[in-house]
Amino acid sequence: MVDAPLLEARGIVKSYGHVEALRGADFTVLPGEIVALIGDNGAGKSTLAKILSGVESPDTGTITMDGQPVRFDSAEHARAAGVETVYQDLALCADLTPAANFFLGREILRPGVFRWLGMLDHREMRIRTRQACDQLGIRVKSQNEPVSTLSGGQRQAVAVARAVTWAQRVLFMDEPTAALGVVQTQKVLDLILTVRDSGVAVMLISHNMQDVKAVSDRIEVLRLGRRVARFATPDVSMEDLVAAMTGARPEENHE
Amino acid sequence: MRDPTTDVVSAIEVEERPPRLLDRLLATQALWIGLALLGLVVVFSTLDPDSFATTFNVRNLVSDTAILLLLATGQTYVIITAGIDLSVGGVLVFSAVVSVAVMEEMGSESTAALVVGALVALLAGLAWGILNGLLVARGRIPALIVTLGTLGMSLGAALLITGGVDKRAPPRLNLGLGLERWFGIPVIVWISATVTAVLGVVLAQTRFGRYTYAIGSNADGARRAGVPVERHLIKVYGLCGLLAGLAAYLYLAKFAITGVSAHGTTNLQAIAAAVIGGTSLFGGIGTILGTVIGVFIPTVLANGFQILGVRPFWQQVAVGAVLIAAVYIDQWRRRSRSS
Repeated sequence: MVDAPLLEARGIVKSYGHVEALRGADFTVLPGEIVALIGDNGAGKSTLAKILSGVESPDTGTITMDGQPVRFDSAEHARAAGVETVYQDLALCADLTPAANFFLGREILRPGVFRWLGMLDHREMRIRTRQACDQLGIRVKSQNEPVSTLSGGQRQAVAVARAVTWAQRVLFMDEPTAALGVVQTQKVLDLILTVRDSGVAVMLISHNMQDVKAVSDRIEVLRLGRRVARFATPDVSMEDLVAAMTGARPEENHE
Repeated sequence: MRDPTTDVVSAIEVEERPPRLLDRLLATQALWIGLALLGLVVVFSTLDPDSFATTFNVRNLVSDTAILLLLATGQTYVIITAGIDLSVGGVLVFSAVVSVAVMEEMGSESTAALVVGALVALLAGLAWGILNGLLVARGRIPALIVTLGTLGMSLGAALLITGGVDKRAPPRLNLGLGLERWFGIPVIVWISATVTAVLGVVLAQTRFGRYTYAIGSNADGARRAGVPVERHLIKVYGLCGLLAGLAAYLYLAKFAITGVSAHGTTNLQAIAAAVIGGTSLFGGIGTILGTVIGVFIPTVLANGFQILGVRPFWQQVAVGAVLIAAVYIDQWRRRSRSS
């Protein structure tokens, strides 16, 4: 792992009122890796993911991409830089169809004068959504029904497919398997590996240690708003991880 | 490599079947409410064929509905964003009052005065709408409160300008635009129908419409997907205000007065029309077609009762019941589909 970091956060501080969610957190994503971010409830994982994906701004701290400082003032900025996120709440619009969700904010317009009028090319978007889902091995019951009619697993599939399809550099996944059964979970994990193999780095937030051990290359541990440990996944035991998460062991921050 | 924008449509077998028209129709409240409207028309026509189903009466019906339709269309957009606009009646009166004031100042009878009067009405409506939008989107104040506030402010301002006395519109406006017909149909109806049709297409077929639904469905999700939520909300409330301004000018043309005390329940009528037509008060669902039908139900009821000699107060009772039923159906459908 001699690669320069693809995305690096340093000294991120974020408070909500009197609550300090992050107290100088660091985080690193290397090119083409799957890095898991783990930590106990309230360790600041989701907050960190939101900051890195532009949904929230840090109070202090720096984020660099390819060594260059970047500011993600909105999710749009992060997306322009090739960063996509699967949010824990999926962030789908329940009344829109899968295709509409898939292309939300990136609508394909009809050619010619209709483009100027902002007319949507429904058919093209449906076709491309179906193609993207097929490519990822995701079956969505119907492309014509609103997302609200889909099961929890199907909704998750739509959200994952959307982010995977648009991610150019980094994909953040905040608890992507939380709502899924065993088979579907395995599918998402396979998908994560596929994404990594296509050259997009993945940051995986999960409570599930088995999942983390199964797919990640590295693991970073967050505790009380700080990074307290970094491991190469093959070298670490479950006990080490739990100890780092709960603070049962002195901090080992190899900076 | 997985960027679908660079993928070529590779195979014929992914040929997409657009949703079947019948399936879509059956799933919309617009169909059911449309059948209800049809039922009313049939019943009234059968009970009194000599009065109800006449050209004269139908023209009256459509003409009565034209102005409310504009307000209900704007309201539909706003409610789909999970908002509400209580201010439309006040904004209408304010726009009418300032429009008349400007036209009087310019001498009333010149064409220039009538044109400027129209622009003033539109701009006044737009300004109130944008104010609503700014307060809702940037000020994060609930739409119910914002528009209740601007309802009072716009109505109060109109009364301050007129001293509480109705102003009369220039006779040339009333006798011209107000009475003009094309192919037997009042020009006011043509204007209202055209604007509504265009906005129906915009809602269903354009990015503007898509963002409107997305915001009402999940504002946070839409924001994270790159939808400019605040800016779009300001536009939607601005559109609703603009339509109230247009409605004001048509009202002046039709009734020749500013109607300062005639619009106490106009906002509720517009909201009721949208909701009866299947627009969900929780946002994310609704169509302009549904609203068009929803506008006609109260009017047809009132008209039919009048013709049959039923006391007209029954219309209010009936519309209230229809409104509650419409919301109940919406709630029931939401419960049955969400996991």
